[in-house]
Amino acid sequence: MNLAFKDVRHNLGRFSLTAVGIGMMLMIVMGMAGIYRGLIEDATLVIDRIGGDLWVVQRDTRGPFAEVSRLPKTMVHRVEAVPGIETAREFVYHTIQRQHDGKPLRMSILGLSWPTDKGEWLPLVAGRPLAQNHFELIADQSLGFQLNESIQLGKEKYVVVGITNGMVSSGGDGMSIVTLSDSQAIQFDSVGEALRLERSARARRALDVDLFLKQPQLVEQLSQPTSQLPAVSSPQISAVVARIKPGYNIEEVQQTITNWGDVSVFTKPGQEDLLLQGMVDKARRQLGMFRALLTIIAAVIMALILYTLTLDKLHSIALLKLLGAPDRTILGILLQQAIGLGGIGYGIAFLIGQQLFPFFPRRVVITNQDLVQLLVIVLIISVLSSLLGIWRAMRVQPTEALMG
Amino acid sequence: MTEPLAIETRNLNKVYNSGRTEVVALREATLQIPKGQVVALLGPSGSGKSTLLTIIGLVIPPTSGQVFINGELIVDGSLAKTNLRNYRRKNVGFVFQKANLIPFLSAIENVQIAMELNHTSSFNARRRAAELLDEFGVLERSYDKPSRLSGGEQQRVAVARALANNPAVILADEPTAALDSHRAQQVMELFAKIAHEQNAGVIVVTHDHRYLEVFDAIFEIEDGVLRQRVAVVK
Ligand SMILES: Nc1ncnc2c1ncn2[C@@H]1O[C@H](COP(=O)(O)OP(=O)(O)OP(=O)(O)O)[C@@H](O)[C@H]1O
Ligand SMILES: [Mg+2]
Repeated sequence: MNLAFKDVRHNLGRFSLTAVGIGMMLMIVMGMAGIYRGLIEDATLVIDRIGGDLWVVQRDTRGPFAEVSRLPKTMVHRVEAVPGIETAREFVYHTIQRQHDGKPLRMSILGLSWPTDKGEWLPLVAGRPLAQNHFELIADQSLGFQLNESIQLGKEKYVVVGITNGMVSSGGDGMSIVTLSDSQAIQFDSVGEALRLERSARARRALDVDLFLKQPQLVEQLSQPTSQLPAVSSPQISAVVARIKPGYNIEEVQQTITNWGDVSVFTKPGQEDLLLQGMVDKARRQLGMFRALLTIIAAVIMALILYTLTLDKLHSIALLKLLGAPDRTILGILLQQAIGLGGIGYGIAFLIGQQLFPFFPRRVVITNQDLVQLLVIVLIISVLSSLLGIWRAMRVQPTEALMG
Repeated sequence: MTEPLAIETRNLNKVYNSGRTEVVALREATLQIPKGQVVALLGPSGSGKSTLLTIIGLVIPPTSGQVFINGELIVDGSLAKTNLRNYRRKNVGFVFQKANLIPFLSAIENVQIAMELNHTSSFNARRRAAELLDEFGVLERSYDKPSRLSGGEQQRVAVARALANNPAVILADEPTAALDSHRAQQVMELFAKIAHEQNAGVIVVTHDHRYLEVFDAIFEIEDGVLRQRVAVVK
């Protein structure tokens, strides 16, 4: 006869409620691990999807995902000319926040160098790559756009021509992929009044410059968008992504480009490491602290619950001792109940989590390794938290069965 | 050599220390109960009846004195000569004034558990539990939890549990308090029968003078002083 089970069945309501409560708490612990895994997966997935073997960025910056990096547009051609480089493409990347359907919408904009790159490498779940160099956009699933929907960004409307997945910035914002010039138009979009002021300021400044006085037709150029002004144009791209020809050593090519002195070069794993150490590491530690705290709280609450469950049974325990039950029998009851409670709570955590996590705004990735780890932790805290109750039960004298 | 006594105590003293006051509950209590005898223990409230019973039942140690069971020295002062809990499990059956049943077990399981703790197989324990419950007229309540049984029914389940392991010693502390006179009579006769048939020593604490004729001997205790009544009145 299993006494632990009989007792649980006798107090089924209370036991189940407790298990659900513990389960909820464990679900959060589980979710924390999942959110962390999600961060890493998102970060590495983007780098993986984009593909390049080498990332050329502004000297001493850590690449487009970690901080602002600016390179002149000509860098692409310089990189392309290095022996061993198969292809090099511009990489423009920035994050914007706009209103969409009356709600704030954050997204990262990734610019493709039209016409060499139309986004064919993107894993599309619907639609097609870009087909023209303006006003088309490929959106990550997580942004929630529909195919053929038109999205107002800056002064223009962009049509969603393709849907991709797994393209999420390390901040959790979905990406929109447009052509380079569109991406800059979106980034440097300013209101009409600002443009007018800027143009007249330019014209006034031009009057002080010899060049414009000698060649008045140049003044015409000043009314073009900033990004298209030849001499005053700002650095335009975030990075250059290069692919190495087969047979060449990545480190050698990396060294060659690094020697230029005006850029830093990362390999793909290097870029991944940077991302994980930089942005994700803080999040990891933050989540880790939370997890540890929650685990401790769960253990304390479990200990208190198990203790009160034991207190309720003290008379029965005294009686069992009076009937000659050995300590191991009593220990068995308490441990089985503790482990049962932990185990059922874990099961509930898993089941509820599976239903709930997909609705989280960021990806929650539950790995088997994390599941096993949590199970072990749960079993350990189950045993630890039953110690208080066990200590009390061991002190019960059989005479207590005769009183009250 | 004669057959060993079922129960023998020699010069049992028990002093309770509750805070500053000392209560002397037993003074030099000595008794001998041969196998196959059922004896009554009479005395006013607070005279030390339960104390004597719990010492003989190996639940609490005496301050001094010895307890022998089946001629074997089990307790010598506060020293235990064996693992008392194991010994108690095999050799002692208890019945209390308040039926002490485990609330989360059904009537039949309450009897069964006493045997299972003694390594009787679940199947055999169940069968014997059913027989005992039948004998006490509570078989039809087998699957009810104690909270759904009347006081008398609970008490009968408790008696069944005490007898389950065929113990050498049965100790009953006012077992008939919750029973009607018919059941009380039945329980007392049953104790006598068990004592005679199983060669056990049985001590019954009772206030009820109606059933004294079933006892082989009567002990009286007052202020911790035990003496045997020479002749049974009535
Ligand atoms: N655990 C204890 N601590 C201190 N004193 C105790 C304890 N148990 C019993 N006593 C005292 O010892 C004396 C004998 O108690 P005991 O319970 O043996 O009496 P009793 O004859 O069984 O009485 P009743 O008929 O009321 O059950 C009483 O004075 C009681 O107050
Ligand atoms: Mg008493």
